[in-house]
This record gives sequence, C-alpha cells and structure tokens, in this order.
Amino acid sequence: MPSNPSRLTRNLPGLLTLAAAVVLWEAVVRVFAISPILLPSPLMVWEEFWKAPAFFLYNAGVTLTVTLVGFLLSVVFGILLAVLIVSSKTLERPVFSLLVALNSVPKVALAPLFVVWMGIGPEPKIAIAVMLAIFAIVIDTVLGLRSVDPDMINLARVGRAKPWQILVKVRLPCALPSIFAGLKVAISLALIGAIIGEFVGSSSGLGFAILTAQGQFDTPSLFVSLVLLIAMGSLLFTMMETIERLAIPWHTSVRSH
Amino acid sequence: MNMASDNYIRVAGVEKRYGGRETALVLQDINLDIKKGEFISVLGPSGCGKSTLLKCIAGLEGTTAGTITARGRVIDGPPEGLGMVFQRDMLLDWRTILQNVLFTVELQNKITPAMRERASAQLARFGLGGYEHRRPWELSGGMRQRASICRALLTDPDILLMDEPFGALDAMTRDDLNVEVARIWQETRKTVVFITHSISEAVFLSDKVVILDRHPGRIVEILDIDLPRPRPLSLRETPAFGRYSSHIRQVFMQLGIVKDA
Repeated sequence: MPSNPSRLTRNLPGLLTLAAAVVLWEAVVRVFAISPILLPSPLMVWEEFWKAPAFFLYNAGVTLTVTLVGFLLSVVFGILLAVLIVSSKTLERPVFSLLVALNSVPKVALAPLFVVWMGIGPEPKIAIAVMLAIFAIVIDTVLGLRSVDPDMINLARVGRAKPWQILVKVRLPCALPSIFAGLKVAISLALIGAIIGEFVGSSSGLGFAILTAQGQFDTPSLFVSLVLLIAMGSLLFTMMETIERLAIPWHTSVRSH
Repeated sequence: MNMASDNYIRVAGVEKRYGGRETALVLQDINLDIKKGEFISVLGPSGCGKSTLLKCIAGLEGTTAGTITARGRVIDGPPEGLGMVFQRDMLLDWRTILQNVLFTVELQNKITPAMRERASAQLARFGLGGYEHRRPWELSGGMRQRASICRALLTDPDILLMDEPFGALDAMTRDDLNVEVARIWQETRKTVVFITHSISEAVFLSDKVVILDRHPGRIVEILDIDLPRPRPLSLRETPAFGRYSSHIRQVFMQLGIVKDA
C-alpha cells in the first residue's frame, strides 16, 4: 500500500486558502469602513450567529432535512427511471422525452404552483429539490449503464446469467463511477431546490431566514444564513466524495487519489 | 453425409447480415464441421466477420440464414458447457481474481468450498498462485488474460471459444500463452474454436485453419495442419511450419489482403 498523507495534510492548502479569504474580507471591511448593511465583517457575522444560535441551527436543520429527503428520493427514483430507460426499448423514448420536457421547465417558475398544490409544509420544497436533482442522476446513470463493454454482458450471457443478474452483477457496478458523478451534482442541486422552495412560501428554513433578514435590512443575519448554506453545501459534497471512495475503491478516479 | 456423431459443432449455410434497409453482408455461406476434441483456428483480416462467427456459435448472436448445431442441438442462445475468452480479459475490477474466476459459477449459485479449492488450484496451475485476493488492476495484461482463461475453464466446459484472446498482448507474453493454451488442449482435449489474425499463431495451435476472406466474410480454404504434438516454440522455425505459413500468406496475397514489397 502506498503511504497516504494524513487527511489534515491533504486538506491543508484548501483550509489555508479559506482562512486567507476570511482575513482579507475582515481587512477590506475595516480599511474601507464599509457599512454593515452592505457587507458585514466576518467577526460581525460570527457575533450575529451567537446572538441566536438556536434560531439559525434550527432553520439550518430544516433545510438540511428537506435537502436530504429530496436527494434520497431523487436517488431512488432517478436510478429506477434510468434502469427502466435502459432496459425497455418501448419505454425509452416516452420516458426520456417526458424527463427532458420536465427539465426544460424553469423550476423557479414551478415553485409557486407546488405551494398551491401542497401548502407551505416541507412537501413542495422536497418536490422542487427532487425536480432539480433527479435529472442529473438519470442522465449519468443511463450513460453509465449504456457504457458497459458489450463483451462484459456477453461474458455474463455465456454464463447463462438471468437478466436481473446482468443488471445487478455487471451493469450497475460498472455504472457506479458514472452514477456517483451524477450524485455529486445532484446533492448540490437538491440544496438549491430546497432554498428555492423556501423562498416561495415557508415559515422556517434558511431560505425563510434569508428572506426575513432581507426584509429587516439585517444584512449580518442574512450573512449568517449564507455562511451556514455554504458550510452545508460543502459538507454534503464532501460526504458524497467519502461515500464514493468507500463504494468504488477499485475505480481509477478513486485509486489515483 | 452421415457424420452427425462425429461433428461436434456444425455450421451449415450460415449467413449474417447487419443493419436495416442498407444491409451489410458480414458472413456468407459458412459451412464448417468441427469434430469433438479438435482445435480449429479461424484466421482472417479485420472485417472478415470472424468474431461475429464466433458469437453466432456461442449463441450470443442470431444468424440471418443457416443453422448452427452443437452436440446435435440447434444453437438459439448460449448453451451449457461452453467457455469463452474475449479479446480483452473482461475481469470485473471490483472483484478479486478468485471472485472473478468464480463469477460464472456464482451466476448459477453453484459456489461450493470444493469449487473454491478448484479455482485456487487452477489459478496456481496458471502461475497465479498467491494472486487470488489481488484485484485485476494489480496484475499485468498477460496475467489478467490467464485469469480470464481460468474463469472460462473452471466449470470444465467441453467447448472453448476464444475470440482473439492474445491480440492485445506483447509478442513475448503471446508466445508464452500460446504454449500454455497448447498444453491445456493437450491435457483436456476440449473442442476449441480460436479466432486470430496471426498466421503463425493459427498454425502453431491448430489441427485445422479456416481461412476467411472479407467483405463479405466467406471461407476460402480449410487447411489441415499436420504437425506433431506437443509443439515447442522452436517448431515455428522448421521448414514444415514455414510451408504452412507461407501457403496461408499466399492465399491472403491472392485475395489482395496482404501485399508484398
């Protein structure tokens, strides 16, 4: 086994860059005496968070839940749809056309409609998260399932494999690298979907917190929500990368790291 | 002719077309009788449909006309007792070498401790002892193809189909594996159909060489190779071997497939 540099050493350049950006931000705000209504300094944002940590963390939790539920639903239905598209010639065209049509609708424009249909609970937000995230998963999964070497399938057929065995033992594992590419895009899109949903009609979540803060010209509070969103997005993406590393240690993209 | 018992695999009047309206004729009127325990090579340039012919024999593809029978049964799908080795090794990257070798057995839910032992023993015989728990990417191209041959032989099929198995390997590894295949055949007397575009590989390994023309693929000549076995690599430098390869080369020159200086 090659010796891996520790996690800290590997992430050090990224963390240093982030720290430098924060320091620069603080310096710019101080040197140019920028009004906190336009741009609060990082220190102010930090202090703002500690004024009402429960409020921010609660809303972050609401958004995170919607994002994760939307993402998981997208994974399940996205992969099912992709398998359906790949395995049935008759279903391929109609299902695909429907998906492309749905994806062409600006999701922001659908959000109000979903609120009309489902109220202001978590349901419309989850629906929008799914609408945004599912397309990436379907496209990448279909690509992965289709890119399997035909001789790989032939090998299984010579072994007199049943169709489900070909799917589970050959096609899906072969498609995993491609599926993960889709999942990494989808998790960020699910978060965006959740925020869009919250913008349109809600009484909780970071989207709601941002709108409230904006209404009161409370820019520091708005920034706290933004920073939490960034942290959440980065965390979710890193989580997906970790799952990918654990799931496909055999793939070149993972091996070379 | 009443030779049905003798002819293990019979290819009769096989034609294969591809495409819808503008059909391309890939194989034309292929007739071939293969006896039990015979080693046959199908030799031809790229585009002659030799791999297609093999896939038809394997039941992986249908024919547009004619029939193929194996052990007296018409082929309409992959039959039992058939092993196949592909151009590339087709090892599954997420499985260890042992798990790869056991793959086809696993498909039939027939993995037993005895089968595992058999797989390990076979890997050892192929010079892959100690590599059971390695992953395919940790092995060289030659070793990977050895593992894939192990996989094809594990269930002891009586028919072995090999689709240009050594085309992607370097010349030395190729020699090495040619000797290996000849040895296995000598020990097991399986009925082998071996696809290749190498004249010397075909002559070295085979009892019979089937020479194909291209566009469309059709049989030009079936040549019996009457050389003693076991065949050492040095056989390739003998006059007898030279006569066979030079004859085949001349056939390809007459067809305009090989051009001389």
